Amino acid sequence: MALTDDDVREILRIIDESALDELSIETDGFSLHVLKRSAGGQARSGADRVSSAPERASPPAEPAPRFAEEPAGDDHAVTIPSPMLGTFYRAEAPGGSPLVEIGSRVEPDTTVCIIEVMKMMNSVPAGVSGVVAQICSENGQLVEYGEPLFLVTAG
Amino acid sequence: MRRVFIPNRGEIAVRIVRACRALDLECVVGASEADLDGMAARTADRVVCIGPGPAGESYLRVDTVVQAALGTDCDAIHPGYGFLAESPRLAARAREHGLAFVGPPTEAISLAGDKLAARAQAARAGAPVLAGGEVSGRGEARRRADEIGYPVLVKAVGGGGGRGIKRVHDEAELDAVLGLARREAGAAFGDDRVYLEKLIEPARHVEVQIAADDHGAVVHLGERDCSVQRRFQKVVEEAPPPHLPGPTSATLRAAAVAFARQIGYRNLGTVEFVIDADGGEPHFLEVNCRIQVEHPVTEAVTGLDLVAMQLQIAAGNALGIAQDEVSFDGHAIECRLNAEDPSRGYAPSPGTLSLFAVPHRTGLRVDTHCQAGTTVPPYYDSLLGKLIAHAAGRDEAIEILIDALEEVDVEGVETNRTLLISALGHPDFRTGAVTTDWLERALR
Repeated sequence: MALTDDDVREILRIIDESALDELSIETDGFSLHVLKRSAGGQARSGADRVSSAPERASPPAEPAPRFAEEPAGDDHAVTIPSPMLGTFYRAEAPGGSPLVEIGSRVEPDTTVCIIEVMKMMNSVPAGVSGVVAQICSENGQLVEYGEPLFLVTAG
Repeated sequence: MRRVFIPNRGEIAVRIVRACRALDLECVVGASEADLDGMAARTADRVVCIGPGPAGESYLRVDTVVQAALGTDCDAIHPGYGFLAESPRLAARAREHGLAFVGPPTEAISLAGDKLAARAQAARAGAPVLAGGEVSGRGEARRRADEIGYPVLVKAVGGGGGRGIKRVHDEAELDAVLGLARREAGAAFGDDRVYLEKLIEPARHVEVQIAADDHGAVVHLGERDCSVQRRFQKVVEEAPPPHLPGPTSATLRAAAVAFARQIGYRNLGTVEFVIDADGGEPHFLEVNCRIQVEHPVTEAVTGLDLVAMQLQIAAGNALGIAQDEVSFDGHAIECRLNAEDPSRGYAPSPGTLSLFAVPHRTGLRVDTHCQAGTTVPPYYDSLLGKLIAHAAGRDEAIEILIDALEEVDVEGVETNRTLLISALGHPDFRTGAVTTDWLERALR
């Protein structure tokens, strides 16, 4: 199916009159992405051309949350995000006991884990005071920059 | 080769994802926090966040990139262009850990990064090299500049790609910039050596695309003309170069292939030459060890997929194409649409695109990572996309590009769109070959 210019105008008219702010349509070899500017008085809806995207580009969507949401119900829980991409280790040495467990009390300078980047071992401080409520990553797994490592109940 | 790690962003990351798809390879994009919802990240099989926005804390971290590739079970790294694409350290690190590095051997990258060593090897391979050489003190610089004859260029040994170059017209200017050039070179490239080189002006910038596999095959894929430049940065590129005499073309191609053989080059690369616009004499400039921004013009006229070719060579496969099977069809021109503000001297213009519309038409290819909603972060280059026209003849290709640019509609950032239209429509450009100083003169 191919969309004609008239089709696009019709789509734009419908969006203009609707409460939608954003719309993506993709058919064979054709993609249309419309973003309605709701504030600032500069709304523009007269574009009758298509936006360019490679054929395989997935339609833009609200970016999905990168990492699992924090469990609800505890207003005082904060995450300790990974300061770098690397391998997550709970102990300082292989076979050693974990630096922290669930229930451990941490202070901002308490080392909570090690992140290895190409044989360089980086100690990660908690950065907050509180009690470890959850361990979000598995020992020996790759963690990304910003990925939650621990959940700490502040206090 | 099964899964490729792409520590890059923008249109080239999208381009590499597409080549991986064509070869049925999986791909993982390593993106900074600023690019996590970019088009490359969204089209890849997986994305990992390698660090915060500033490139020094993400895309330029060798160890993080290798760790991310290993941690996501990739068996190859395609670095794209820019960032770590020509880092011998990344190539070596990757290979130490059993990853295929999609690029030339580490030694070739080191050699190419040392402009003086590259000049020496080019001369050994029989390529014409410009008069010049390394200088340290003022006295030595003055003597050498007198030998060469003004004007001369003061260039950083570790520079390249148009960076680390100063133009000097007389001894007083030379005295004034020498110390500064060395300090800047040290800060920018970690190597404060500089050399002088004869400035050829007016000149054309013509480069030869080469491809070499692990089995001894080396071919050239023709030339590209990149003479339309602003501040040593390419703005418009085309293939074939207009009005390039056959014998000159043959000289360039032979020199490029001989140089590649001489240094044991593998994978794709570009040998750059400067051609004296008056005398027609070509001179070796430098070699680039990466896929280049302007590779689509070569793809258009040869019908080859250069990025797929890079991946296949890195996987150890034979080139699969002999020199006499490389054919050239028609004329292709590329222009770079940048987020730049013409009213502020073409300074980068970051922002969020509320509209990004480019036409689709026969003979036009658009390589971009942009669409409405895309953010152009302040941390990286300002390239929004490339428009590439391919037609039977040059005039027709120019028409396609101008028509397309007239319809390009970008809101949210300033662009160089009107500059591109004026350059392509200018009688000088339409007539044929322009020189590297032309655009800046024409702008005035």
